[in-house]
Amino acid sequence: MKLLKCPINGTRPISEFVYGGTYRDMPDHEIVTDSEWASYVHYRDNAPGLKKEWWYHGPSGTWFIAERNTLTDEVKDTYLFNKLVEQESVK
Amino acid sequence: MNMRINKQTGEWLEREKQINFTYEGKKFTAYEGDTITSALWASGEKVLGRSFKYHRPRGVLSLANHDINVMLTDGVDTNIRGDVITVKEGMSLTAVNTLGGVKKDNLRYIGKLLSPFLVVGFYYKAFFRPRFMFPFWENIIRHGAGLGKVNFNYPRIPKPKLNEHYDVLVVGAGPSGLAAALAASLDKQLKILIVDENKQAGGSLGYDRAGSVTPQSQLEELLSEVNITPNITLRTDAYAGAYYTDHLIPIIEFSGITKVRTKTLIIATGVFEQPPVFRNNDLPGVMNGSAAQRMIYRYGIKPFNDGVVFTANDYGYRVALDLIHAGTNVKAVVDLRKTPVSSILTRELANHDIRIYSGHCVYEALATSDDMAVKGVVICPFDEETNQADSEQSFTIECDGVAMSAGWASAAALLYQSGMKVKYDYTIEQFIPDSLPNGIFAAGKVNGVYDFDQRIADGARAAAEAMRYMGMDNAPVITVQAHSNVSPSHSFPVVPHPKGKNFVDFDEDIQAKDFINAAKEGFDNIELMKRFTTVGMGPSQGKHSNMNAIRILARIRELPVEKIGSTTSRPFFHPTPIGHLGGRNFHPVRQSSIQSWHADAGAVFVDVGAWSRPAYYQKPGVDLAEIIQQESMAVHNAVGIIDGSSLGKIEVCGPDAAQFLEKFFTGKFADQKVGEIRYALSIDESAVVADDGIVSRVKDELFYITIGTSNAAMVYREMQRWLQMWQLDVGLINVTGSYGIINVVGPKAVHVVSSLTQDPLVSKLTAGKVGETIISEVPVRIMCVTFVSNIGYEIHVPADSMLAVWEKLIKAGTAYDIRPFGTDTQRLLRLEMGHYLPAYDTDGLTIPYELGCESELAMDKPFFVGQRSLKILAKKTLKKRLVPFVLADNFSGQMPEDCNLVIENGEIKGRVTSISYSSKVDRVIGFAYVDPNKVEAGSQFEIRTDNGSMVKATVVNTPFFNSKKEF
Repeated sequence: MKLLKCPINGTRPISEFVYGGTYRDMPDHEIVTDSEWASYVHYRDNAPGLKKEWWYHGPSGTWFIAERNTLTDEVKDTYLFNKLVEQESVK
Repeated sequence: MNMRINKQTGEWLEREKQINFTYEGKKFTAYEGDTITSALWASGEKVLGRSFKYHRPRGVLSLANHDINVMLTDGVDTNIRGDVITVKEGMSLTAVNTLGGVKKDNLRYIGKLLSPFLVVGFYYKAFFRPRFMFPFWENIIRHGAGLGKVNFNYPRIPKPKLNEHYDVLVVGAGPSGLAAALAASLDKQLKILIVDENKQAGGSLGYDRAGSVTPQSQLEELLSEVNITPNITLRTDAYAGAYYTDHLIPIIEFSGITKVRTKTLIIATGVFEQPPVFRNNDLPGVMNGSAAQRMIYRYGIKPFNDGVVFTANDYGYRVALDLIHAGTNVKAVVDLRKTPVSSILTRELANHDIRIYSGHCVYEALATSDDMAVKGVVICPFDEETNQADSEQSFTIECDGVAMSAGWASAAALLYQSGMKVKYDYTIEQFIPDSLPNGIFAAGKVNGVYDFDQRIADGARAAAEAMRYMGMDNAPVITVQAHSNVSPSHSFPVVPHPKGKNFVDFDEDIQAKDFINAAKEGFDNIELMKRFTTVGMGPSQGKHSNMNAIRILARIRELPVEKIGSTTSRPFFHPTPIGHLGGRNFHPVRQSSIQSWHADAGAVFVDVGAWSRPAYYQKPGVDLAEIIQQESMAVHNAVGIIDGSSLGKIEVCGPDAAQFLEKFFTGKFADQKVGEIRYALSIDESAVVADDGIVSRVKDELFYITIGTSNAAMVYREMQRWLQMWQLDVGLINVTGSYGIINVVGPKAVHVVSSLTQDPLVSKLTAGKVGETIISEVPVRIMCVTFVSNIGYEIHVPADSMLAVWEKLIKAGTAYDIRPFGTDTQRLLRLEMGHYLPAYDTDGLTIPYELGCESELAMDKPFFVGQRSLKILAKKTLKKRLVPFVLADNFSGQMPEDCNLVIENGEIKGRVTSISYSSKVDRVIGFAYVDPNKVEAGSQFEIRTDNGSMVKATVVNTPFFNSKKEF
């Protein structure tokens, strides 16, 4: 069984976690076209590689981002969402 | 004939303890520590089992815990592995898979008479047509081919799972494994576990002695060092069953499984000896060289009286010396190779006057007249270049046993499972690790290191690498010398014979020619060949057959061995009792705080999401359908009471609470007044209906939400996620377990509830309002909700005070014949009211427009989850709409059911989502998806029932009972 590191609670067995899908940056709903919005909602880039994913630690109710390589199933890093916001704003 | 010899140093027996047991009805004695196989062999018993397909007599092949042909039953347990399980006093054993006993097995005629017809793939081709005959053939085949019979009265023996954590787990307690553990133990902080599947540690050092005493003293030295090292735990009779992600290894012992999580894993599992392939290599008495050695040094048995060693490496010479030590008359050493290389060993054999036939093969083993033992071998010159045996120049040597040494294959199952990449090393003719996943290391023979000193060094190297992996940068750098001697394995130890019966896989009775035939039929990829021939698919999973299969396929396809690749054996590494894997019946359910009251009142419980809820309350002599109608009529006519504690309850508080709800739900909450309740609909980003609920504004900055039972956890989770993204000043508290909900409904509900309190709030409370008050010293929230009845009170009580309030209400309601009801009746009541239920009347694609709930969508808000998608969907043509319908008055005939289709002109237009008879309406009522132009009351459509009949239904308005006059 896999282990995953919750940024708050440390390394825990995977059975305590819920996968929340790939993280997607929501486009501005007021200016996007219908097809751009539809692809935000429905399109998933399933190509294997390093992904930012939502994970939820059930017992503590913690959502966080895991950077996981879906080809090798290695988790590079996990952190809370606000760190992602900081990274994006630096860019 | 007694084959037991003098006590051997390091043997596994306690000779002072004698054990009596029976095998096939005959009495035997053994010593404590004997396996079933060793006890029988020591007594001169050679036929220990029958083969899977041809029912050929079989004895000992490997004695390495994978002799699958020796499986027994004691009447309770089946498939007891003879080479693994020690004999116990009073055991009464018989071989599995025989008809009339192991010696007179009547199914042996399959092998004798039918085998020419039982070519590879025979079953696939012969029995699939005509199809109706297959069950007949299947029955016969399953009785003939197979292993033990399952005892269905097997006692339930709980085997608890244990969990342990280590820094270093070493699999295999041979020299490399012991050396690895000792090297790692120099760091006193490290917690180290060594496991070994054998009863005692030592690996090949315990038995591969070449007649010398040195190996045993080397082993004793290593073991005494391990024993005094406090941070090493050595566990024998325990095998690593599998590799699972992030270094989780189940360690399997007789008593059960220990799940070991380790930081680093060192695999020192060694190699499996691979038998050479020649005619009748399966006769009892023909065995691997290492099997003969194990027999001698572990169990003090002379393997045979007159033996021939058939070798294709130097190990055969060592085996010959061990046989001489045990008192076997070694009549010849037959070496497939032209020039035996090791001069020391040949000289030693020469000292014993042993004749060596180089460049020769054992062409075939000859059976005794009863077919149950070896009486001799036919030997002839052999040309390694052309793989030709010159049978014209053959001669015969009489013997009662053959020891075979042709080579080895890595015991690399766990490494394969972990994702190892392999390469083929031609200097040793073996697959070895090319690259290993992080934290996993291989040492010793499995890593291609054969020399004793180098195996010790390789163990220390693996330990040092493991320590560096754990961040100990000062771990020593150890180099291991490359293999410099002759190859321990032969590249193609297969002797062709026109009459076949030269077995490659002993589990499944697969001969060399089966591979050729399979390849001819196009199954020439190793994975396809495995499935077509079933090589490696028996209980030993190819431990003795995989390498020969690969070599044969490589030769057929004229490819180098590494291009063929290897199949991965799956967990578990050895056959593991299913009782070890079974878990406890551990299915937690959530219960209301007054669950026992319900049980006492005759409730029949049903699982709803994570909860166990009363479905209905039994009445003696009244059937379920009638109870539901009675419970619902009690609500319509007087008053009913239901425990709604399982509803999800979430408190949303803080300055931005209203703003949060406006973004999360489709409706408006900013202008909601304190003391008001509102319906709330939640949709996902693609505008699919997720759930609905009730939002009460308790205080200006405190909202209290109730949502559906089964979706509650998911909705709460999504709220938490969006809150992180929106970064609003809001606190979310899941209070589902903190409050119980008592729902008192029906025209008399107001009398019942107001009798409990003087607070005028209650009697004045109208639909859509919420208030806080005290009922018998308990602070409660009370709201008027019209979900199952036009008049209804939801009383939210602290869970630990719920019983007191519930009992008071029941008491107060006695005057009105108050009746408790369950979820079955609740579903009917809400249907009569005309309320759809998300997840019941919706599915994973339902959008709000299909429910006709446009009024709940506040599209003028700046944003809510799913709003943008709704704007797109609003422009599209609707495909279906949910409508309330009734069937004809006094409808009789096949009753439509949930999911029956709505069909118009042969086209599917929708389906029924809820349907039930209602006493109140005196009609069959329901919800169905229909064509959007059939929404108006009075429209008609047809439902196809399970028996194919078409039933007319009419669309009506809701609540059903108000519109009764319309139809």
